[in-house]
Amino acid sequence: MSAGEESGIAGNGRGYLSERGWRSWAFTLDHKRIGAMYLWSTIVFFLLGGVFALLLRLELLSPQAKYFSNHAYNVFFTLHGAMMIFLFVIPAIPSGLGNFLIPLHLGAKDVAFPRLNLASYWIFAAGFLVIIGSLVAPMDTGWTFYTPYSAKTGAAVATLSLGVFLIGMSSILTGLNFIVTIHKLRAPGMTWHRLPLFIWSMYATSIIQVVATPVVGVTFLLLAAERLLGVGFFDPSKGGDPVLFQHFFWFYSHPVVYVMILPAMGIVSEVIPVFSRKPIFGYNAIAYSSLAIAFIGFLVWGHHMFTSGMSPLANTIFSFLTFFVAVPTAVKVFNWIATLYRGSITFESPMLYALTFIFLFIIGGLTGPFLGALATNVQLHDTYFVVAHFHYTMMGGTVMGFFAGLHYWFPKMTGRMLNEKVARVAWALVFLGFNLTFFTMFIAGTRGMPRRYAEYIPKFHTENVISTVGSAILALGILVMMWNFVQGLRKGAQAPSDPWRSLTLEWRAASPPETENFHEIPQVADWPYGYGTRKA
Amino acid sequence: MSHGSAGSRRIYYGVFAALITLTVVTVMVSYIDLGLLNVAVALLIASAKASLVALFFMHLKGESGLVWGFALVPIFFLALIIFGTLLDTQLR
Ligand code: HEM
Ligand SMILES: [Cu+2]
Repeated sequence: MSAGEESGIAGNGRGYLSERGWRSWAFTLDHKRIGAMYLWSTIVFFLLGGVFALLLRLELLSPQAKYFSNHAYNVFFTLHGAMMIFLFVIPAIPSGLGNFLIPLHLGAKDVAFPRLNLASYWIFAAGFLVIIGSLVAPMDTGWTFYTPYSAKTGAAVATLSLGVFLIGMSSILTGLNFIVTIHKLRAPGMTWHRLPLFIWSMYATSIIQVVATPVVGVTFLLLAAERLLGVGFFDPSKGGDPVLFQHFFWFYSHPVVYVMILPAMGIVSEVIPVFSRKPIFGYNAIAYSSLAIAFIGFLVWGHHMFTSGMSPLANTIFSFLTFFVAVPTAVKVFNWIATLYRGSITFESPMLYALTFIFLFIIGGLTGPFLGALATNVQLHDTYFVVAHFHYTMMGGTVMGFFAGLHYWFPKMTGRMLNEKVARVAWALVFLGFNLTFFTMFIAGTRGMPRRYAEYIPKFHTENVISTVGSAILALGILVMMWNFVQGLRKGAQAPSDPWRSLTLEWRAASPPETENFHEIPQVADWPYGYGTRKA
Repeated sequence: MSHGSAGSRRIYYGVFAALITLTVVTVMVSYIDLGLLNVAVALLIASAKASLVALFFMHLKGESGLVWGFALVPIFFLALIIFGTLLDTQLR
C-alpha cells in the first residue's frame, strides 16, 4: 500500500460536515453523518445514565437510606442499568464508530444499504423516545426484568419493553447492513486477511446482533402478553415457569456482552500497533478469536442462573463451558502484549486508553471464571463482586476502548485536533476515579455485601465511602474529557489527514472525509499493519 | 430471476398444493390421540412446510453456499436454546 499520493490532502475543514440545517442531518444517507448522530445520542445517554449512578453512590454514602425512598433507589438503579446498557454500551461503538469507520476501512463509498441505515437510526430514536415515555411510571425491576416481579409491578414494564424491542430491531438492521457491507463492498485487493482487525470484530459483533437480538425481542413480547393478556408463560399458577424467562433473557444477554466488548477489542487492536510502531502480533489469532468468542458466547448463558434452581446437570455443563470463553479472550490479550514487546511505544491519549483497557479488562475478565465456578458463584452471586466484575469489563473494557477510539478518530471525524494535555489530565482522573469506585466493590462483595439495596450494615461503610469519593473523581474526569471534546470541536487546530501515521484506509481520506469518502476507490496491496517495517 | 415461465409456475402450484395438503393433514392428526407424539408430528409437518416455502417460494434452492449458510446457521441456534432449556426443565 503506497502510503502515498493521497495522504497529502488536508481536509478543507468541512468535508461531509459542510451541509448545514437539520434536514441535512435528519434525512442524510451518509454513513458518517448517521454514525455521528448515533455518537451524539449515545453520549447523551451515557451522561444521563451517569447522573443516576452518582445518585446511587450518594445514597450509599451512609448505611441508612437518607436521601431517597427505597423505591426511588430501585428506580435509579434500573434506569442507570437500562440506559447504560441498551442506549449506550450496546449501540455506541457498533452503530456510532462502526457506522463511521466500516466503509472507510473497507475502501467503500458507504454501507450496502444506506436507507436501511437511516431507518435503523430513526427506529433507535423511536426506541429511546418510548423509553423516556416509560418514565411516567418508572421501572423498578432492575435492567434484567426478572419475572415474577416484572409481571406484577405497577411500573411501565410493557412500555419499557417496547422501547428495548425497538432498540433491538435497530440493532438487528445495523448488524445485517454491516454483514452485507463487509462481504460485498471491500475495495479491490482487500482480501479477508488484509482487513483491519476492527472489521473482523465488527463482523463477529454483527452476527451476534442478528442471531441473539430477536430472542430478547420475543421474550419481551411474551412478558407483555403475560401482563396485558394474562397468558401464563412465566407464572407457575398459570402453568408457566419463571426460570424460563431467565433462560430466554440470558440467551440474549450473555452473547450481548460480547456485542459490547468485541468492538472495543477491535479498537484496541487498531490503536496498539500504531502507537508501538510495530506490526500487530498474531493477526490471524486475533481475527479468528473474535469469531470464536462470538460462537462460544452462545453456549454459556446458564452461568447467570446457578442459584435460580436450575437442574444440577445444566449447572455443571454451563459452568464447564464458561471456562472456555476465557480462552479466546486471553488469546487476544497475549497478542496485544506481544505487540507491545520491544515496540517504540508512545503514550498519546488513544494509547493511554487502549493500555487502560488491557489493564482493567484483565481484572474484569479474570474475575469471570471465579463467578463461573459453581462453588464460588453461590457465595458471590448477587453481591457487589458481580457489580465490580461487570464494571471492570463494561466500563474498564468497553468504555475505555470507546474513549480510545474517540480520541484516536476525533481528528478524522471532525477535522480538528484535541488538546493532548487536557486529554491526559482527564485520563488520569478517569483512571484513578474508576479504580477507587469499583475495586472497593470487589472487597465489599467478597465480604458479603448484597447488590441492589439502598441500605447496608455498617461494616461495609469504609468501602462505600471510598467508592463514592471515587465516583466523584471519575465524573470530574469525564466532564474534563467532554469539555475537551467541545473545545476541540470549536477551536482545535486543523487536523492533517493522517496525524498518527496510521496505515488503515480511513487515514487516506481527507480529515474530515468528503461525502462518499475517497476521490478514487483505493487499491489495496498489503495488510494495514506494516508499522516500523517501512517508512511508516 | 424470471418468475413467469410456465415450468416454474407449475412448480409453484405444486408447492401450494403440497402446503394445503399438509395443513389438512395437521388438522386431521390433531384428532388422533398420540400423547406427546402429537406435538412431534405437528412440528415435523410444520418444518416440512417451512422448508418447502424456503426452498421454492424464497428461492433457496439454487442459491450459493453463503446464502445456504446464513439460512441454516440460525436453525442451529434455535436448536441450542431449546436443548439448553430442556436440559434444565426436564431434569430439575
Ligand atoms: C472472561 C469472560 C467472562 C466470564 C467467564 C464471565 C462470567 C460471568 C458470570 C459467571 C456472571 C454471573 C455472576 C452472577 O450473577 O452470579 C457474570 C455476570 C456478568 N458479566 Fe461476565 N464474564 C466474562 C466477561 C464479561 C464481559 C466481557 C462482560 C461485558 C462486557 C461481562 C458482563 C457481565 C454482566 C453485565 C454481568 C451481570 C449481569 C447482571 O446480573 O446484572 N462479563 N459474568
Ligand atoms: Cu454471562
